[in-house]
Amino acid sequence: MPMNSTSSVFLARSDLQLLIDRLAEQGFEVIGPTISQAAIVYDRIHSVSELPQGWTDRQAPGEYRLERREDDQLFGYVVGPHSWKRYLFPPLTTLTTADLTTNGWQMRAADDNPPKYAFLGVRACELAAIRVQDKVFLEGAYVDPTYQRRRQNAFIVAVNCTQAASTCFCTSMETGPRCRSGFDLALTELPDGFEVEVGTPAGEALLLQLPTTPIAEQQLTDAEQRRQQAVDQITRKMDTEGIRDLLLTQLNHPRWEEVGQRCLSCTNCTMVCPTCFCSSVEEVADLEGQHSERERRWDSCFNLDFSYVSGGPVRRDIRSRYRQWLTHKLASWIDQFGSSGCVGCGRCITWCPVGIDITEEVAALREVGHDNK
Amino acid sequence: MSAEPKPKIGVFKFASCDGCQLSLLAAEDELLTVAGKIDIAYFLEATSHIDAGPYDIALVEGSITTPSDALRIRDIRQRSKYLITIGACATAGGIQALRNWADHDEFVRAVYARPEYIETLATSTPIAEHVPVDFELRGCPINRHQLVEVIVSLVAGRRPKTPSHSVCLDCKRRGTVCITVAQGVPCLGPVTQSGCGAICPAYDRGCYGCFGPAKQCNTGSLSQQLLADGTPAPELVQLLRNYNGYAPEFRYESERLAGLNSEVIS
Repeated sequence: MPMNSTSSVFLARSDLQLLIDRLAEQGFEVIGPTISQAAIVYDRIHSVSELPQGWTDRQAPGEYRLERREDDQLFGYVVGPHSWKRYLFPPLTTLTTADLTTNGWQMRAADDNPPKYAFLGVRACELAAIRVQDKVFLEGAYVDPTYQRRRQNAFIVAVNCTQAASTCFCTSMETGPRCRSGFDLALTELPDGFEVEVGTPAGEALLLQLPTTPIAEQQLTDAEQRRQQAVDQITRKMDTEGIRDLLLTQLNHPRWEEVGQRCLSCTNCTMVCPTCFCSSVEEVADLEGQHSERERRWDSCFNLDFSYVSGGPVRRDIRSRYRQWLTHKLASWIDQFGSSGCVGCGRCITWCPVGIDITEEVAALREVGHDNK
Repeated sequence: MSAEPKPKIGVFKFASCDGCQLSLLAAEDELLTVAGKIDIAYFLEATSHIDAGPYDIALVEGSITTPSDALRIRDIRQRSKYLITIGACATAGGIQALRNWADHDEFVRAVYARPEYIETLATSTPIAEHVPVDFELRGCPINRHQLVEVIVSLVAGRRPKTPSHSVCLDCKRRGTVCITVAQGVPCLGPVTQSGCGAICPAYDRGCYGCFGPAKQCNTGSLSQQLLADGTPAPELVQLLRNYNGYAPEFRYESERLAGLNSEVIS
C-alpha cells in the first residue's frame, strides 16, 4: 500500500552511508551512479565516496561532458549512458541449456540466481521507463522470468532532479522530473542532507533504521525550489498531441529519407534507451555437438539482419529502420502496451554519434504541405 | 578400416603478415576437438606435409600483390570446393593497399637496391577481385572463435554465424561509454563490423576499423559529423585508410575527403 507521500523526513548527508550499509546488510547489491570513462554510469557501489560528488554533466545532441560543480552535491547531474535496464534486462542471458544424452536431448532452464539489487539514484524518467518495461516483460500472457526475478526483489531509492540537461524533455512526456510513484524511497538533495519521502512499506521499514529527523519548513521550501529549478531548466519539447495518428499517417513523409541520410544505423539510440527491449536468441553449441546453450543478447531494429526472414531483410534501408524505431516508440507502442515507449530522458539525443534529435524529427514530421501518400 | 572421408582443408598465404594463420594455430584447443573430423592437407606454417588437393575448404590469407600470386590464386580456386578468405588483407587488400594511392614504382626504387629484380603489381587487391569467394571472414587479425565457427559450420553443413552489426552494439552490451560522445575521440565504431568484441573503446581508444565496414554503413554521415566536431580531413583520411582502407565503403569516403574521387558520392 502506498504511504502518504506528503510526509517526509530529513536525512543528514553524513548519514547517507548508513542507507547504503543497511541495504548491504539486508543482502542487497547496491548499484548507483559513479564515474567511469568520463561519464556517470551505474555500477556497483559500496560507499558514498564512489558517488560523483561535485560533478555535473553537460549534454547536447551527440555530446556529453563531465564538468566540475561549484558545490559538492552528490546527485547534481541527470542521466548518463547507462540505464537500469542493464540490471533488470541484462545484455546477455543464458535462457536454457541442452545436453545430448543416451535418451536424446535433455533441455532445462539455465541456472539464474541474480543478486537482490538496490538501485540508488533512480530519476523520475527512469521510474517511468521501469514501468514501461514492467508492462512489456511482466504483464500479459507471457511473463519474462529473467526480468521478473530481478525486478521483484529490486529496492528503488529514487532521486528528484534539481537540474535538467538541454536534452531532457520529461515534462513533454509527463514522466517527470518529480518522482511520484514507483519507488521505495525518494530523495531530494539539500546542501546538508536529503528530504526523504516514503513510497512503500519496505521503504518505510528501511527508513526506520536510519537516524532521520523531522524536516523543517524551510528545508521543505528549499527542496521544492530545487525541484522547481529542474522544471524551469527544461527547454526541449515534444508535441505529443495526436502523435500516434500523426506518425502512422506520415509513413511516406520525405523527412524519413532525409533522416535516413544522417542516421548511422549504429544502434546506439536503442541501446541507451531505457525502454527498448529487443533481443535476439541464438543456440550456441559446443564443438562436439553434445551441449548447447540458448543465449539472449540485446539486439536492435537498426540491424539489417534483425528483420531477416526467408528471402531477405524486411527493412532494407536505413530510412525504413529509423521509421520503424520512431513509429514503434511513439505510436504503435501505444497500441501494443497502452502508453508511449518514450519517457523523455533524452539519451537517444545525447548518445547519437551524429546528434539526431527525436524531438526535432517529430517536429519536422508535423510539417505538412507534401504528398504523404 | 574405412572411415568417413574427412573434409580436406588447405591454408594458403599471399601478401600478409601471417597473423591470421597464427590465429588459426592459436585455436589449437578448439581445433584438436574437431581434428578427428577434418584433414589438414596443406598448411605450410604448421606442417611440411603437402597434399596437392583438391581441397574441400581453402582458407586464404593475404592480398594479391604480384603477377605470380594473381595466377596462383586461380590455381587454388580451381582445386578448391569452398574458398574462404581470412583477414583484412584477403578481404580488403590489407594495410599494404596503401600503395594503391601512391607511386608504386617510386617505392620499389626507394626500397630495393636492385629494383629490376622486383616484380610486383601496382596495387594490393582483395582475393575476391581475382576469383569467386564463398565466404569472407573479416578482421585484422581474424577472431579465432569466428574462424572455428566457420570451420565447424562448414563441417556440419550449416551457415556460419558471424554478425554484421556495428561495433557500437558490442560497446553498449559490455557497458563501454561512447568515447566519441563523452570524450570527442574520433572512432570508426559506428561504421565498423563487430567481431573483436569492441576492445579499443573500452580502453578509451577510437575504433581502427579492423573488421571492415559494417553492412550498409553510413561513412559519409559519420565523417561529416567528425569534421564538424573539429577532426581535420587529413586525419579522417588516415583513420579510414587503415587495415581495411581499400574496402569500398571506406575507400570511397577517404577519397571523397582527400578530394581525389571523381565519383559522385551521395
